Amino acid sequence: MGIAIRGGRLLDPANGVDGVMDLFIADQQVAAVGGKPRGFRIEREIDAHGQVVCPGLIDLCARLREPGEEHRASIASETRAAAQAGVTTLVCPPDTDPVIDETAVVELIRRRAEAAGQARVLTLGALTQGLQGEQLAEMAALKEAGCVGVSNALAPVTNTLVLRRSLEYAATYRLTVFLTPMDPWLTAGGCAHEGVMATHLGLTGIPAAAETSMVARDLALLEGIGVRTHFCRLSSAGAAAMVAAAQARGMPVTADVSAHHLQLTELDLAGFNSLCHVSPPLRSPQDRDGLRAGLASGVIAAICSDHQPHEPDAKEAPFGDTLPGISGLDTLLALGLRLAEEGVLPLPAVIERLTAGPARILGLALGQLGPGAIADVCVFDPEQVWILDAKTMVSRGHNSPFLGRGFRGKVTCTLLAGKIVYQA
Amino acid sequence: MNPASVQLDEQGRLLHFLTLEGLTRRHLVEILDTAESLSGVAERRVKKLPTLRGKTVVNLFFEPSTRTRTTFELAAKRLSADVLNLNISTSSTVKGETLLDTLRNIEAMQCDMFVVRHAQSGAAEFIARHVEPHIAVLNAGDGCHSHPTQGMLDMFTIRRHKPDFAHLRVAIVGDILHSRVARSQIHALNILGASEVRVVAPRTLLPAFVEDLGVRVCYDLRQGLRDVDVIIMLRLQRERMQGALLPSAQEYYEQYGLNEERLALAHPEAIVMHPGPINRGVEIDSAVADGPRSVILEQVTNGIAIRMAIMSITIGAHAHDGRRRR
Repeated sequence: MGIAIRGGRLLDPANGVDGVMDLFIADQQVAAVGGKPRGFRIEREIDAHGQVVCPGLIDLCARLREPGEEHRASIASETRAAAQAGVTTLVCPPDTDPVIDETAVVELIRRRAEAAGQARVLTLGALTQGLQGEQLAEMAALKEAGCVGVSNALAPVTNTLVLRRSLEYAATYRLTVFLTPMDPWLTAGGCAHEGVMATHLGLTGIPAAAETSMVARDLALLEGIGVRTHFCRLSSAGAAAMVAAAQARGMPVTADVSAHHLQLTELDLAGFNSLCHVSPPLRSPQDRDGLRAGLASGVIAAICSDHQPHEPDAKEAPFGDTLPGISGLDTLLALGLRLAEEGVLPLPAVIERLTAGPARILGLALGQLGPGAIADVCVFDPEQVWILDAKTMVSRGHNSPFLGRGFRGKVTCTLLAGKIVYQA
Repeated sequence: MNPASVQLDEQGRLLHFLTLEGLTRRHLVEILDTAESLSGVAERRVKKLPTLRGKTVVNLFFEPSTRTRTTFELAAKRLSADVLNLNISTSSTVKGETLLDTLRNIEAMQCDMFVVRHAQSGAAEFIARHVEPHIAVLNAGDGCHSHPTQGMLDMFTIRRHKPDFAHLRVAIVGDILHSRVARSQIHALNILGASEVRVVAPRTLLPAFVEDLGVRVCYDLRQGLRDVDVIIMLRLQRERMQGALLPSAQEYYEQYGLNEERLALAHPEAIVMHPGPINRGVEIDSAVADGPRSVILEQVTNGIAIRMAIMSITIGAHAHDGRRRR
């Protein structure tokens, strides 16, 4: 079936494209950009006048809660949310139940995602068995089964010998290692950034050093191994600066940041707002500005949703008793667009950090719309104003601190490999 | 979000009593003056007022307490309320019931006031946001956040000895990091316009950016005590020695314990306070705790009048608002 998306502003940062151009799609791929190819039969036309047409978004971290926590959400429910949010590729970290340390779990997730047919779900395999930080996971088998990288998720490997060997083993198979830098001792018992707000609220603080000390340790261990390493969910300006310095030295390291860490700070915890309870914690305004600067300079190459849908009970308790996490798929693009509106970085750069940037980290040919590319497309109306409402949120988790807040820019159509999976 | 927004109605009346942060001097002076007028009740032959007649006060304690619970109970009884003591740490929550479930069950018993103590910071505010509108919530201590009735009874005690806050110098000594009492005292002293509030502790027992609360930091006890009018000693929990916060109780006493020699550095008429229960020989020497400058037992007595005042004021605010009357 031939699809033509006509009259939109085509934004394809990977190919340096930004202008009003038609996009022609056939056989799951981009057939042509600009002029209609000879003999192309248009069976479906999407009018994109006044809208932006860009590659489908790639989200480096979304917890779909399946397998293991189906009372919170499911692959079907969350990929439906992804489709309506313009996200065509999701990366699922290995801390499912059971953990993604066996190929059977990779297969299970792939089958369920294919059955749902709403988004491409990629998996990170476990770095160590059961994420216990003691024995290496079967990384070669996990790679063959389709894992796009390995990670110990939120369970840092405290044993430096185990970590060093797992980095070497991952390097053997050219696997990218995804590390979330959180020192377990400095994080223990804490639920907020160690700063002014935690002091006022009497909450146990997590210092920025919980992150920076781990980045420093990990960078030292990486030296000379040559394994591609990705730091997940940076929360501090200090860590962003350390990654920048490592990149300047030529180390193969990358980083991402969640969309909410670019907007919110510790000050949003006022009134014990448990919807702002996240891990790593929201830090100071200076940290947020440091993350924004890192994103603008390209040191931080991707914005992710860090999607963590919860049932209402998880947030209905005194702050320290609530579970961390934000349901972020519904607002990923809109929060990105807000960065462009606030002048943090231009719109094409925002789109780049949501598409080609994460694709590069994954080492995949996604996130671009040149001829022959897989036709994952997001069409959005940059002027449409809307309010996030629990009643209309698509994710099963309604735990968002942005409920009731207004946004500008809404997805109108999403294509996954040339197939329309959402149309407003 | 204003820290005090849940506890005030549109006219600024106190519907709940959760934290002193964000309250005005007028609120605090009203509480102190009301407590002053109520303190005479204890000297009467019949120690009762009818203010809370027909009302039910529930002491909802998720953390063990003797003194605070007892003085709240006495305060409620002197105002003619019925009192229900629920010690939840040993019942429902162990069975996996959520805090909201517990709350709904107690609400179903048709109560008018919850006095809440909980190990989590923000618990009292959480409860105040979720109770039916006719219920007043009083915070009897939430985590490391706030213990506003203790803060007010301390102000009451100070005012009886040192009525002029504008020239008052206060030193708070000890574990500020974990102390809800210290946070409430600091807010109260600043709202009432004390000329200087010092906190004296090693770095491990001070929260980050503590100066932001409106205090001056002293690491040295001798410097911290110099010329102060009020010394507030905080209780040091034994478990602080395990968390690598302090090397030993002995070293702590050497560095931060209050004895007569160190007391002499303060103003000659300085008073010594402690929220209790005291650890003799850990943070305070018996000679000082039992000495002529100590007002520690007065603090306990004053706790009853302060809690009567706060109960009267919050119930009064509910009576003003038709939607909040039961």
